[in-house]
Amino acid sequence: MIERAQVLHVARLARLRLSEAEVEKMAGELSGILEHVDRIGELELDDVAPTSHVVELENVLRPDQPRPSWPRDAVLDQAPDAADGAFRVPSPQAE
Amino acid sequence: MSELLELTVAEAATRIRAVELSREEYFDAWRSAAAGDELNAYLWRAEGPTVESDGPLEGIPVAVKDLFCTEGIPTTAGSRMLERHRPLYTATAVRRLTEAGAELLGKTNMDEFAMGSSNENSAYGPVRNPHDRERVPGGSSGGSAAVVAGNLAPCAIGTDTGGSIRQPAALCGIVGLKPTYGAISRYGMIAFASSLDQCGPLTRDVTDAALLLEAMQGGDPCDSTSVGIEGGIRAPRGEDLKGLRFAVPAGLARDAMEPGVRAVFEATLKRIEDLGGELAEAPLPHAEHGISAYYVIAPAEASSNLARYDGVRYGKRVEPEGDVVEMYEATRAAGFGDEVKRRIMLGTYALSSGYYDAYYGRAQRVRTKIAADFAAAFAEFDFVVTPTSPSVAFGLGEKTDDPLAMYMNDFFTVPMSLAGIPAISIPAGTAAPEGGGPELPVGFQIAAPALAEQRLLDAAYVLEQSLDG
Repeated sequence: MIERAQVLHVARLARLRLSEAEVEKMAGELSGILEHVDRIGELELDDVAPTSHVVELENVLRPDQPRPSWPRDAVLDQAPDAADGAFRVPSPQAE
Repeated sequence: MSELLELTVAEAATRIRAVELSREEYFDAWRSAAAGDELNAYLWRAEGPTVESDGPLEGIPVAVKDLFCTEGIPTTAGSRMLERHRPLYTATAVRRLTEAGAELLGKTNMDEFAMGSSNENSAYGPVRNPHDRERVPGGSSGGSAAVVAGNLAPCAIGTDTGGSIRQPAALCGIVGLKPTYGAISRYGMIAFASSLDQCGPLTRDVTDAALLLEAMQGGDPCDSTSVGIEGGIRAPRGEDLKGLRFAVPAGLARDAMEPGVRAVFEATLKRIEDLGGELAEAPLPHAEHGISAYYVIAPAEASSNLARYDGVRYGKRVEPEGDVVEMYEATRAAGFGDEVKRRIMLGTYALSSGYYDAYYGRAQRVRTKIAADFAAAFAEFDFVVTPTSPSVAFGLGEKTDDPLAMYMNDFFTVPMSLAGIPAISIPAGTAAPEGGGPELPVGFQIAAPALAEQRLLDAAYVLEQSLDG
């Protein structure tokens, strides 16, 4: 069972602001989903290696050749806020 | 309907190459058809042909899921977060199609960031099923399935992370192929769960699926996990299924299927035997745990991939009253829809300190077991077959209040995704929904070992020809 405090903790980790109604709803929904997921807790898996990726690849290398990147102006045109050739964000420390 | 709209991609391409049909005339016919979209299936439509290059797909208009980046053309991923986003580059899969002569016809609606099984999670409204507009087309590639089934495009591409090509193809009555993980480059495909995401075609028939796959497949320096399919893909062929061994998962949850779906599935198994194929049960004991593993692994990867939507470099930003962290939180609260938030929360929880081993670690071990089950089955069998979806298309709003019920749509498609193997859904018949009403399409899923797409397409072709006849 996911408690309200856990929802708030995870939301903070995920940088998501949830409304009061969303917190309540999320606690119930996540609990329901995890209750189903918990069935894999019954499987014997101690000697099983984890799979993070299905294609067996090691060290895919490519020639280290310089190539043009995107023009800076075009990239900054996409930004919600840009100034002096850089992305601009609010101060990390609010006044 | 214009006679031109009745041609398959293969037929139209042949006529265009023989100069019996002008590419302008063909494109115009499809542009007019797409302009009449009443299914909310398109988010953007081309005004005219964009590139002129010849190749096997010369003059073929293609509808592209809005998850693929297209240079200078709106690419929303079905999200408010990317409402006015115009990418600086084009996805490799789309570029390969246009290099083969195809023309971009439009961008199709989808569940936000490809998270969903009904297309009801789009920030731009749900897509409607062309067979019954009060029902869902499936998801997340619901727009791509609906435009092909609804005669608004001759063919389309989509992406499949846990069934997002196969399930909507089944619910709309068309062909949908999820290739082997790595067959097609993921470069420029907006990431959901990177170890599972794969691009593939949604088409009217198996031959067209092969044509599109051949155009798109291949290794790409921009995606180091892409390997391509050695020898490429030719047009599928075959007369019968003699000597081919088909496995039905032992203990396949027949009670998880609607009775109508079950009847079509059993009839299709009979058809395989009539065509000379051998049928037997194979143990796939961990497949039933696919949903549990998938709904840990995919959200975990998503929670990491979607960290990039922070209001700094592109996309939406909500101007805050406070510091930069408040800007992130306010932007993400406003930019993401409910299902995306749910998956980010689920994934962040599963990866968080104290829960990582119990959830993410265990899910990855279940993934190993599922892949091993398939490997064991393929030591004895050529294919594994299941229904594509437990039900026919369900009503709009029917499952939106119950996330777990929605996730169960992926029951038969998720195991193949976790194992990274190719699987195709072909239309196998129609059945009435459980609650009664007119009959709706039912899909039949065939899975094959990694990179055995040619064999898979050949078998699907033989079955398709027989079911059509």
